[in-house]
Amino acid sequence: MAHITREQVQHLAHLARLELTDEETAHYTDQLSAIVEAVERVSEVAADDIPPTSHPVPMTNVFREDVARPGLDRADVQAGAPSWEDDRFRVPRILDED
Amino acid sequence: MSVTSEADLVRQDAATLSSALSAGDITSVEVTQACLNRISAVDGTIHAFLHVDADAALATAQDVDRRRAAGEELGRLAGVPLALKDVLTMRGVPTTCGSRILEGWRPPYDSTIVERLRAADVVILGKTNMDEFAMGSSTEHSGYGPTRNPWDVERIPGGSGGGSAAALAAFEAPLAIGTDTGGSIRQPASVTGTVGVKPTYGAVSRYGLVALASSLDQAGPCARSVMDAALLHEVIAGYDPRDSTSINAPVPDVVAGAGNGDIRGMRIGLVRELSGEGYQPGVRESFDKAVAMLTDLGAEVVEVSCPHFDYALGAYYLILPSEASSNLARFDGMRYGLRAGDNGEASVEEVMSRTREVGFGAEVKRRIMLGTYALSSGYYDAYYGQAQKVRTLISRDFAAAFETVDVLVSPTTPTTAFKIGEKVDDPLAMYLNDIATIPVNLAGNCAMSVPIGLAREDDLPVGLQIMAPAQTDDRLYRVGAALEQALLDKRGHALIEEVPAL
Repeated sequence: MAHITREQVQHLAHLARLELTDEETAHYTDQLSAIVEAVERVSEVAADDIPPTSHPVPMTNVFREDVARPGLDRADVQAGAPSWEDDRFRVPRILDED
Repeated sequence: MSVTSEADLVRQDAATLSSALSAGDITSVEVTQACLNRISAVDGTIHAFLHVDADAALATAQDVDRRRAAGEELGRLAGVPLALKDVLTMRGVPTTCGSRILEGWRPPYDSTIVERLRAADVVILGKTNMDEFAMGSSTEHSGYGPTRNPWDVERIPGGSGGGSAAALAAFEAPLAIGTDTGGSIRQPASVTGTVGVKPTYGAVSRYGLVALASSLDQAGPCARSVMDAALLHEVIAGYDPRDSTSINAPVPDVVAGAGNGDIRGMRIGLVRELSGEGYQPGVRESFDKAVAMLTDLGAEVVEVSCPHFDYALGAYYLILPSEASSNLARFDGMRYGLRAGDNGEASVEEVMSRTREVGFGAEVKRRIMLGTYALSSGYYDAYYGQAQKVRTLISRDFAAAFETVDVLVSPTTPTTAFKIGEKVDDPLAMYLNDIATIPVNLAGNCAMSVPIGLAREDDLPVGLQIMAPAQTDDRLYRVGAALEQALLDKRGHALIEEVPAL
């Protein structure tokens, strides 16, 4: 039976870049355990010889004509940016102090 | 059409409006203004819309009227108003997906659906409310407050496309666009007494549809009649090279299907696994009556078993969160949308985590973590891998069933509309609403929900789901039209006429 621990939820939240509160962590620990328990029934029926389906319409290597088409309008993109500087997206520092 | 008042005008279906517009009995400005007035009057209560684009709608209407007056040949839906689910991008018009993380964002491009609607001269009234990023079955998970069901404003209008369905049932718009990943068109249609279609996967372009689960998402038409849904289906479907999963084949003639309604000799299968325990007695009763109608209309009804449908919910709640957790990684506060905690000191990782914590609601976080779990090393084979195998088994169940029958039917939802607040923090109870609609998304074929009556115990609408093989969407319309006509003959009026006054 699946049992998701508080530490696992904290780890998942970190992987998913979610800064959860303690209260949320406790709440999700209970709920995720219950959900995983309910969905793990899938292992009852799926045998080794069944091929997986990733996509309802099996298509591979879909190409389009190699024709240039206009990209997004720069002013529109800038208008939607949370922070903009020197004609670029301004982002916070990408390296940690340590 | 003799239209005596604005109140009359908003209750007309799109096909009727279309005829009246082309006959010159009414103008697009009149009908658009009537819808806008109706929205002003009732949307404070219903909250179907997140954004009303009144000026642009009226400008489009004026343009259509001018071109019609000049003798230009226009499409059938030219000048007819429509409500657009807020998960589709529209250049310069706010697109939030019901999430605070996209509050105020105005997309720099049109989705293919919007392009097609514009090309058909459909008047887009505004953007409708939805569960955040389409995750939910009640529209309570919207970051902007719930939408209410016009049949009973204390109840949910379904979800995720509750805004689109409620806009139809409240006579705010005659047409709407929805998207269906696990039932988000069909379940709201069912609980609001409206018609909703999930077309074959790949039939309608996903370009500009903000992705929830890319292998399941499909946009489709929502309407108050089967013919209206067909007219809209015809406008939005078709090959689009900008969506690599788009089907490059002719769209089935859905309008002809809706105009036919002759089901004599058709073989219809009742899915044994989508009935019985867990289905509300009034839903079962309405469904049984509708099935009897199908027999009376000359169809051959047989029971069919799809044994792996029992595992569909489990597979879906592994596949969907897995795809969603990956798709929603793009909301990182860097290029568009909300950014939180950027104080000049915090790192990019801290800002991302803060932004996502503040910008996402409870259900979105729940599913992102569930997906992250299902995809994490050590669990991948047991969860995501197994779910993909179940998906194969479900497709095989459909294939076997469609060897003996032309379409399958079931109740669309196990219950009628429930009360707002009843299931909002009980994810498993909420997920069960989609138990009958999910198999179709997993297999990629098509389905419709059509209203069949009111449940005895609560006088709320019940929907019947019709499921057909991929690329035979016209069959849905044929069966839907037959049921709609039979119900109309029996009641003397369309079910939607029974919505209480607001």
